[in-house]
Order: sequence, then structure tokens, then C-alpha cells
Amino acid sequence: MNQMSTEGYVTADGRQIGGVLMEMKNITLRFGGVVAIKDISFDIRQGEIRAIIGPNGAGKSSMLNVISGFYHPQEGEVWFKGYRRGPMKPYQVARLGIARTFQNIALFDGMSVLDNIMTGRLNRMKAGFLSQALWWGAAEREENENREAVEKIIDFLEIQNIRKTPVGRLPYGLKKRVELARALAAEPQLLLLDEPMAGMNVEEKEDMSRFILSVNDEFGTTICLIEHDMGVVMDLSDRVVVMDYGKKIGDGTPAEVRANQEVIDAYLGVAHD
Amino acid sequence: MDQFIFAAEVVLNGLMTGVMYALVALGFVLIFKASGVFNYAQGVLALFAALTLVGIQNGQVPFAHLINAALGTQLHHFGWTVPSVMAIALTALVMVGLAFLIEKLVLQHLVGQEPIILFMATIGLAYFLEGLGDVMWGADIKTLDVGLPQGISDSIETMTDAWFGYGFFIDRLDIWATVIAALLVAALVAFAQYTKQGRAMRAVADDHQAALSVGISLRFIWVMVWSIAGFVALVAGIMWGTKSGVQFSLSLIALKALPVLMLGGFTSIPGAIVGGLIIGVGEKLFEFTVGPMVGGATENWFAYVLALLFLVFRPQGLFGERIIERV
Amino acid sequence: MIYREAGDFKTSYRDDSQTFPIRLDRWGYYAVLAVAFGIVPFVINDYWANAVLVPFLIYAIAALGLNILTGYAGQVSLGTGGFMAVGAYAVYKLMTSFPEVNVVIHILLAGGITAIVGLLFGLPSLRIKGFYLAVATLAAQFFLVWLFNKVPWFYNYSASGQITAPTRTVLDHAVTGPAASAPAKYLVCLCFAFVLAWVARNLTRGTLGRKWMAIRDMDIAAEIIGVDPLRAKLSAFAVSSFFVGIAGALLFAVYLGAAEVGEAFGINKSFLVLFMIIIGGLGSIFGSFAGAAFLVLLPVLLKNLLVGSLGWPTDLAAHIELMIVGALIVLFLIVEPHGLARLWTLTKEKLRLWPFPH
Repeated sequence: MNQMSTEGYVTADGRQIGGVLMEMKNITLRFGGVVAIKDISFDIRQGEIRAIIGPNGAGKSSMLNVISGFYHPQEGEVWFKGYRRGPMKPYQVARLGIARTFQNIALFDGMSVLDNIMTGRLNRMKAGFLSQALWWGAAEREENENREAVEKIIDFLEIQNIRKTPVGRLPYGLKKRVELARALAAEPQLLLLDEPMAGMNVEEKEDMSRFILSVNDEFGTTICLIEHDMGVVMDLSDRVVVMDYGKKIGDGTPAEVRANQEVIDAYLGVAHD
Repeated sequence: MDQFIFAAEVVLNGLMTGVMYALVALGFVLIFKASGVFNYAQGVLALFAALTLVGIQNGQVPFAHLINAALGTQLHHFGWTVPSVMAIALTALVMVGLAFLIEKLVLQHLVGQEPIILFMATIGLAYFLEGLGDVMWGADIKTLDVGLPQGISDSIETMTDAWFGYGFFIDRLDIWATVIAALLVAALVAFAQYTKQGRAMRAVADDHQAALSVGISLRFIWVMVWSIAGFVALVAGIMWGTKSGVQFSLSLIALKALPVLMLGGFTSIPGAIVGGLIIGVGEKLFEFTVGPMVGGATENWFAYVLALLFLVFRPQGLFGERIIERV
Repeated sequence: MIYREAGDFKTSYRDDSQTFPIRLDRWGYYAVLAVAFGIVPFVINDYWANAVLVPFLIYAIAALGLNILTGYAGQVSLGTGGFMAVGAYAVYKLMTSFPEVNVVIHILLAGGITAIVGLLFGLPSLRIKGFYLAVATLAAQFFLVWLFNKVPWFYNYSASGQITAPTRTVLDHAVTGPAASAPAKYLVCLCFAFVLAWVARNLTRGTLGRKWMAIRDMDIAAEIIGVDPLRAKLSAFAVSSFFVGIAGALLFAVYLGAAEVGEAFGINKSFLVLFMIIIGGLGSIFGSFAGAAFLVLLPVLLKNLLVGSLGWPTDLAAHIELMIVGALIVLFLIVEPHGLARLWTLTKEKLRLWPFPH
């Protein structure tokens, strides 16, 4: 942790951004002959909201999957908290303090909202098998302590009234929110959001933006998100990586990216008419 | 040298058994490809077909036991016998009717359910059909004879005797089964490749939604596929019933088709055939070599354990497509 | 108006997550326990014990076990019969090898041995999913039955190839062997069923249960939030097999008294227990009991009705039973894939709103 570089910067709205939390160095990812990511490097700094944008098939989701340990790049290095991360199983990555949401909601449909969010805290619950089997001592204590933490998140995301509803019965927008709650429950150092606003209406998008900003603000969580919706991304994020055909074509503050001719050609020019 | 010739005979017999397994497995593959249903009832379908065939042939009164018990009558036979060809045709009709009912009463209501739910539903279906077969035709062991040649082939024995100085014992029925199975496979492949219905069937197998959107009737395809599977079951039932009598164990033998499929992959017709042959030969050879050391009857489990070990190293089977996991 | 949580405020998370949050449910549960422990043992006779209650309790334990694996962890197994056989033969070997040790310890150890065997056969679940795994568990079923049939050491070289339970006592009452009385058999099974159901409830409400359910609902997502699929699946196999092994041990030692492996623990037993959890309700403790009760009672009722009242032949009744069970399975999967337990919950939800449904 202390090996982390300490220099930071101050954002436009006056927040102090810290040193490098995660660094991707020359990542290349191939599926058979197809190159999904080609020699990409960027970093994510402590406390910032970092966005990865790009047209469909640009390799954004693949990038997120590399960060969360689901895909293993053929070349390049992943550094987290000042250490090089070797090839890890996704659950080991989660235990390092990286949580994520999914583009196509990946909640546990057979469980209640509360249980879903509680799964976010599984790695914090250490009661032994016997204690769990007898519901005695550590198991019960842990359950109640973690329930308290989860209830705070439930309050924060304003989903108190659906606490005991089975997730399968919820509408899309709420599911997205529950998924965010599950990721937050893990109290991650780095939160990955895979198209958090995809398929939402304007109102829901506003809600989600508000939650993302206050997560960052109140818990100081570093956030890395992928998004299609350009307007939202530019408003939300501190720095943006632009990808196209698996390559990085731009990196900087929203204003810088907006002015980048290559980005305009590849993406913005097409998206806006 | 003797040992080698024995083994060769074992292999040959194994191949014949393998053809039988492949025949049942074929029914599984057809249904799985067209509807994504892993039809556990395929074996019972074969049993049911064989029972019905015997019943029709001998002029049994269906549900005789039930009627007798309920009404106090003494029905058992109509007193006529039906010629084999006609009986087979009638049984095929019954199987089509059954396919229609299964689609109407079961499948239609389970569209879009998870595969494992569908799988369990077919287990229920298997129980129902087993009970139905028994109630309709009685549970006693029946002999089935539709005029297929049986017994050890003299010509092969003389021929091999002349070649190796040792006569191979091969059942003529097995030879016929192999020929018929080969013809059936060829016919099915031709049907799937060159007819309109066949193309529609393959389209449904690829993508239900897309097939619907170009105007293919899912229900029609399903009834058709289950009818074909019923017909394949009938053929398997005839072969097996002729060989070892029509009885409950028929459906257990048919269970062997499951490991066959795991080897071959659930979606591949050649896989079903190769898998059937591997299992047939493998279990006979294993019983021949290792069996005597461990008390025999290894055929009970060899196929399953082989498939299990195989799957651990190649989960998609021999010919199945590689599954890529996505988030 | 009585059946609801209104006015029954929970002031702690502990109260809120209790098993029966509604007061009336709690009372009902205590009443059932009081009757089961306090009244039934004094009125039970051989017929009720052998035809209904003892098999019900034993199958409920097996169903709990399979429900943990299939209903909670989502791994379908067709090897239940084989694992029950492991429990039965383990308890037989223990009872005959160490006659001075209490039989309850033997039964628990038999569960432990089955757990280890289950763990071994669960290893492929890491690579194989869905019905591939279901078929793979058939390997366990057929191999284990074959093993107990062919290796004479398992049945102590008895001429018949059968295993026969010797008489063993708990607190000076015979619970196995021919001298065991109906109340003794019943009480032993009841105690095991009660404790195991309580353990199953505890395991499934906590961390382990959530890991199992996460793997069941979406294994990839579970792994990405930090669930180690290896440990989650193997623990489900082990715990499930422990339950199933105890059920097998009880079935042989207490209920059957003597057993031949192919007959008592064949593939049909695997299906029977699977049907119990489908009809009762996947992923439900109550459902395991309901399903076991249903499928133990159904043949008894049918037999009484068809053979007893109508005088139909026994084999006909058995075949009709097959049809009915098969049709019920299909019906339940179509109408209510969550079984009797869900129907019960829905009834309760209606009752909660009654008499003002809006």
C-alpha cells in the first residue's frame, strides 16, 4: 500500500484525487485469432471516477473483465495497490477489494433483496462450520453485525420497502440498484460498473448518477465505469479512456477527450448528428 | 493367439451392442437438438413402443386388467393376431399420437423453462409412461417376434473358421440391427439435410426465436421430432425386445444411452454413433479383461464411470461444441 | 385478522431473521413439536410406525440432504440411492465391528463416511454442469451398488449377500433389530430428523447457504463476488451426503432391518427422493418434509383405496401409482416448480391479507 505513488491532482469540482490505485500496463487480450484488447495502458487513481467509453465492440467489457479477473490477458501487467497481480481466480480478485456490477444484471433471482445484498459481505463473514450449523456464537453475531452494515446501504440506496422481496419480481431499474447495493456491501476499494445506466429511462438514469456520485463522495470509493451514454459519462467522470477496435485512442479529462480529434472521428462524430 | 481371437470376438459383439445403444441415443439427440429437451423418457419410449407392438400383434385388449378390475369382466385377448408389418405401422401411429399428446399436455406448458426443469419433467414422463405401458398391456415379460432372423450366423462361423481356424459366434439379429440402424441414420441425415421440414427442424435447433420469426411453427416441429424419436424408439424397442424379451429392464438398458451421449456430445448424430460404439466395445472388453478379477457385472457401471472420467477432461464431449463462458 | 405481522414489531435484526417471524406460525410449530414428541410416542402402534411415520421421517432426512444439494446449491444428483447405500453399509460394518459403541455414534459416523464419499463424487461438479452432472452422478449410483454387491467384505461374507441389523440399544431400549418397539424406532428417527432439520435451517440461512444459493442462481456472478465455487460445491456435496448417509443408515438399521443393496438402494430410490423434493419444493426445509410425507402417504392411500376398498390386484395398483406419481411430477413442474412449499407460502400470504385482500 505504501509503495503507491503519492502524487495526485485536484478535480474541477475541488476533490482531492490520490495516488495510483490500479494500473494496467500494455494489456493485450486475444480470443483465438481475435484481438479484443491491443496494448492498452492506463491507471485508476484513488478516489476518482474513471470512465471507459467507446463504440460497440471496442473492447470495453473485455477490459472490465480483465480488471475483475474473469479474463486473463496474454500480455501485459495488472498492478493493484502497488503490487503486481498474478493470474488470479475471480473470487480471489474479489477478496482483494474489487467489486463489480454487470451489464446484463447478474443477481441471484431465487433470493430476496436482503439476501442478495448480504452475499456482498460473504468474504467478511468468517464463522466456522460448526458455529453456522448450530447458529451459535460467531455465526449469529456475524449475521447481525453484517445485517446492520447492509441496512445502511439499503437506506442509502432507498430500497427499504423491497428488502424482503424476491429479486426476480423486481423491475429492471430496481434490479440495477440492488446490484449496486450488493457491490457496495463488499465495501470495495475499487468499484467496477458495467453500463450502470443501460436500458434505463431518464428518471432512473438521474437516480443512478446521483447514487454513483454520492458513493464516491460519502464512502470515498474509487469507481471505474463503462458507459454508452456520452452525456452522462462526461458529467460524472473525472477522467475518461476512449477505446476503439481494442485500442486506446484517447485518455484525459472529459474536456480534453471532447477536444481530441481522433475521438471525435471515431466516436463522437458518429454518435451526434 | 487364442486370447487375441477371443478379444476380437468380444470387440465385434461390443460393436453390435454399441449399435443398439447408438440407436437409443439417436432419439435423445434428435429431441435435444430440436427442442433443447434432454429426454430422459427415451428409453421408456422404446419399452412402451415394444409393449404396444406386442400387444397389437397378439390382439391383446388394452387396459384389460384395469377394465377387469373395475367391471369384474374377464377380458384379455380379442382373439386375433395382426401381421407384423401392420402391427408396426399401427404402433408407429400410436407413437405419433403419443408425441402429439406429449407436446400438447407437457411441452407446451414448459416453454422457456430452465433445461433442468424440463429434464426432470421427462423423468416424470418416464414414470408415467412406464406405468401406462404396464396398465395397458400387463407387466409380464413378453416375447417379441416380427420375423427378424435370429440365432448364430452359420455362414460367418464357417467363414471365420476357414480364415482363423476359429468360428466367430455372431447373432444374425445383431447384423440386421446394424444394417437397419445404418439405414435409419442415413435416412434421418437425408431428411434433416434435404427436406423442408428437416431444414425447419435445424433452424429451430439453432434458435427458437429466430425460427419463429421466419414463420416456422414450433409446435409442428416438436410434434414431428417427438414422432420421429418415437419411431426411432420403436425400432430400438423391436431390436432389443427381440433380443432379450420385452420387459422393464429394457428401459434400464436404454439408460446406457445417457453415457453414450455424454461421450458423443448431446447435439451430434455422429457423436451418438461413435459414442455408442465406444461404450459398447469398451464395456465388453473391460468385462472380458478386468471383469473376472473383480467379480464381473462391470457392465452395470463401466459406461457411466467412463463417461464421468471423460467429461472431467473434456466437458463438451467428443463432438460437442466448446462452450465459451461470458458475463 | 390474526395471522399477520402487524403489531408484532421486531426490535432487533435477530428477531427479524428468526425462522418463524409470525407469532401464529411460531405457536403452530411448537404445537407440532409437542405432539410429535409428547403424544405420538405413547399412542403409536406398529402399523403407523412401519407404514407411515418411520419411513416419513427417514425419507424427510434424505430429502433434506438432496434439497441442500439440488434445491439450495443447484447441483442435480441422481446418486441418492447409492449414497444411502454407503450410509447403510457403513453403519452395518460399524455396528458389527464395534458392538460396544452406541449405535447413535455409528449412525453419525456413517453419515460422516458418506460425506467423504459424496465429496469424492462431487469433484467432477467443478467441470460438469446441469444435466451432464446429473448423468455423471448415475456413475456413483451404479458403481456403489455394484461395489456393495460384489465385495463380500461389505456384507461380512454372509451367504445371502444381505446385511442384517443386529439388536442395539439406546438408553436400554432396543432401537434396531427384531426386538425394537414402534415408539423406540419412531423416537430415534424423530430426534435425528428434528436435529438435522434444525441444522439444515441454520446452514441455509447463513453464510454457507448464501454461497450455495449464489452458485445455484448464477455461478459466474457468484465467483465474481468472491465465492470459491470449489469449496461451495464440495461443501454442498459433503453436507448433503452426510444427511443422505444418515437416512440410509436409519433406513437399513431401524426401518428395514435387513437389506439387499440392489433392491433397497437402486436407482428408483434416487428418483423417489428427487421426486420428494420436486413435489415438496426445491430449496425449502418445509418442502422436504411435505414431499416426503406426500410420497410416503400416497402409496398407502392408493393401496387402501384400490386394493383395500375396491379389491383390485396389488400389481395393478402399483402401476397406477407409477402413473400418478409421474403425472404429478409433470403437473407440479408445470403449475408450481417450487412445489407444496410455495403453495403453502401463497396460502399464508393470502391468509395474511384476509379478510381485506386489497
